Amino acid sequence: MKVLVPVKRVVDYNVKVRVKSDGSGVDIANVKMSMNPFDEIAIEEAVRLKEKGIVTEVIAVSCGVTQCQETLRTAMAIGADRAILIETDAELQPLAVAKLLKALVDKEQPGLVILGKQAIDDDCNQTGQMLAALTGMPQGTFASKVELTADSVAVTREVDGGLETVKLSLPAVITTDLRLNEPRYVTLPNIMKAKKKQMDVIKPADLGVDVAPRIKTLKVEEPPKRSAGIKVADVAALVDKLKNEAKVIG
Amino acid sequence: MTALVIAEHDNAHIKGATLNTVTAALATGADVHVLVAGFNATAAAAAAAQIAGVAKVLHADASALENGLAENLAAQVLAIASGYTHILFPATASGKNVAPRVAALLDMAQLSDVTKVISADTFERPIYAGNAIATVQSGDAVKILTVRTTGFDAAAATGGSAAVEVIAAAADSGKSSFAGREVTKNDRPELTAAKVIVSGGRALGSNDKFMEVLTPLADKLGAALGASRAAVDAGYAPNDWQVGQTGKIVAPQLYIACGISGAIQHLAGMKDSKVIVAINKDAEAPIFSVADYGLEADLFVAVPELVKSL
Repeated sequence: MKVLVPVKRVVDYNVKVRVKSDGSGVDIANVKMSMNPFDEIAIEEAVRLKEKGIVTEVIAVSCGVTQCQETLRTAMAIGADRAILIETDAELQPLAVAKLLKALVDKEQPGLVILGKQAIDDDCNQTGQMLAALTGMPQGTFASKVELTADSVAVTREVDGGLETVKLSLPAVITTDLRLNEPRYVTLPNIMKAKKKQMDVIKPADLGVDVAPRIKTLKVEEPPKRSAGIKVADVAALVDKLKNEAKVIG
Repeated sequence: MTALVIAEHDNAHIKGATLNTVTAALATGADVHVLVAGFNATAAAAAAAQIAGVAKVLHADASALENGLAENLAAQVLAIASGYTHILFPATASGKNVAPRVAALLDMAQLSDVTKVISADTFERPIYAGNAIATVQSGDAVKILTVRTTGFDAAAATGGSAAVEVIAAAADSGKSSFAGREVTKNDRPELTAAKVIVSGGRALGSNDKFMEVLTPLADKLGAALGASRAAVDAGYAPNDWQVGQTGKIVAPQLYIACGISGAIQHLAGMKDSKVIVAINKDAEAPIFSVADYGLEADLFVAVPELVKSL
């Protein structure tokens, strides 16, 4: 069975982003970019399924600018067999990405698609669900455990109040939560090997998909700042402040 | 204009997040209908009819809808979607699971975690872990939103008298089935609805210490317990206690962060709290930059002392 793993190039999670002064967006020029952390978990899971012998091929795919090739090379260094870049400079929103991925699913016929639950830049948490809808596949979102057999997959999901398990027929879409696995470190020999793996570059038009954005961003602002707090000397002072100044405890 | 709110419920009671979502729906200026899709959910539908501001409740009842499977619930919403200008879900695990599926089936974009309704087509939502607020406008015929519950007050749970209309249930997709649930035992207030939250980080050192040190304080304050991602990943606290960008978003009256450094990821989940208290022995911890009251102390000494003086 083939597994398709979409990965996104995002601002590194350690970077504190700055809002541009003209309100047009977030300044990402000269900022460190990395693979979205949830997508690393997705690749890791796909590679582990391959190591168990259930999966035969892992295909990483990314949509976006030329530099997404670096993200795909990282995916291949973790263990993906080949990569596809859907190259475009256009702003891509989740619905457009889901349509691009749907076209690839039609072509590659994977048994499973594993995505991250959300990207840490737009914080949307939509693409996996949208892809499942467009392809008519069942979905197992926010997965913390995946048990794959030849014709079905049991997914344990992180939900409010605990965990729940759903059983899905294949092909299916899974989105990863933090606790699914611990992604491996990429080693230098694997980075070298990844350079030789196959990477196909195609355009949205090749897939016949219109990627025009449906949501217009009018402005981007800094969130309201909290006014500076104070440090208290000891527990007695803290209790006094909470009772008499903030009045949040009786 | 008519808005459809998808109720979150356990087939007997309406969950709190639904009430905040109704407020957001009313803010668009539309008439508000509520869908209660479930199994043996007559009580939940009756409760939805009591919510102030709701004009009509649609009740679909079938065993396939019992556990809120995305495939079946999305099909149910789709069956009644025509005629609605807005479809709103609470931005909970359940709402986030289903809303994008509905949006894609309708070929509409979706807006996640809306914190403010500016007009019927313009909304605010946080991006980059809450480090920026985007004002966005949807040109689509149907606006599909998930609503960040901490951004809106809860609608009154009583005082309404909407009619309940029973509608045909959508067929089971047959592609997914519910296999089981493991509920975290919790006799405390629900994290996202609590007025006071006591939260612990990696500094607690173990699950035993976490419970031993923080439980008495939470008991004293009638508080919910929360945790940082580091504490959850280390196994000190259950997954669904995680407060942060990828966990729960909370905004209580009082948030007490014990032994939490204050990574961006965590701050994204709690910085809208009214009063933030930080107890940390590291004077340089970023949590102090958002705390109203910071106490630089060893939490193993300070927290028991705090319990005693309350």
